[in-house]
Amino acid sequence: MPDDNSSEKIKKRFKELNQDAKKNGYYLNPDESFTMGLVEGLLKNAERYGYESCPCRLSFGEKKHDLDIICPCDYRDDDISEYGACFCGLYLSKTNVEKKITAPVIPDRRPSLKDRLTEKNNSSISNNLSYPVYRCKVCGYLCARNNPPDKCPICKADRERFEIFIR
Amino acid sequence: MTPTPFHVDGTDKGTVMLYALSTCIHCKQTRNLLDELHIAYDYLYVDQLSREEMDEIMSEMEKYNPNGSFPTLVINSKKVIIGSRLDEIREALK
Repeated sequence: MPDDNSSEKIKKRFKELNQDAKKNGYYLNPDESFTMGLVEGLLKNAERYGYESCPCRLSFGEKKHDLDIICPCDYRDDDISEYGACFCGLYLSKTNVEKKITAPVIPDRRPSLKDRLTEKNNSSISNNLSYPVYRCKVCGYLCARNNPPDKCPICKADRERFEIFIR
Repeated sequence: MTPTPFHVDGTDKGTVMLYALSTCIHCKQTRNLLDELHIAYDYLYVDQLSREEMDEIMSEMEKYNPNGSFPTLVINSKKVIIGSRLDEIREALK
């Protein structure tokens, strides 16, 4: 069990995540003990890896290989659309929150390690645009500029979560 | 060296192996169920292993669950339950 100090930290982080979710049109899982358990995992990962990678996925502790599973992960929005919840169950769809449906058990959309290692960069539409188009892998925001922004203006994801979408 | 899984005593239902992560709430729910059912089982928190051990355990686990997701429960090296599908686990261990 977390001691008092860490349980304060968990509550604080929960509050921040909840505020961000509300502001950005997302919904944290209202099952507080479940959600607090996930937030505890996020903080544990921040402590041991330096970033909040998904508590329900295996990290090798190398950020460049874990960018896709830093919470909110690249798979959250697709999972919420398809299953009404993200893989770990931290985020639910509005409908599931309103209908009080708990986080379903869903398959992991993240490719296996082998597939991740052999994955090619599929962003290869070439159009000779005057600016390349960058895409935020967390929320899908697109922008045409020479470099991606430091933070996604929509979901606040870091610059390294952007990919070239059209060049 | 292959890491030794932790053993939990209980009713013998054959070899029950749980691949889990220490931070994962679904893994915790799965363990809680096994504890509640008093089933004898072995478990590994893969995130707490060294990198070499991780590679070894992941290739072992991926034979049962090629996606490599957690929790993965393997009963008698045959029945594989992926995710905290508690009803399915109850049924398999009846």
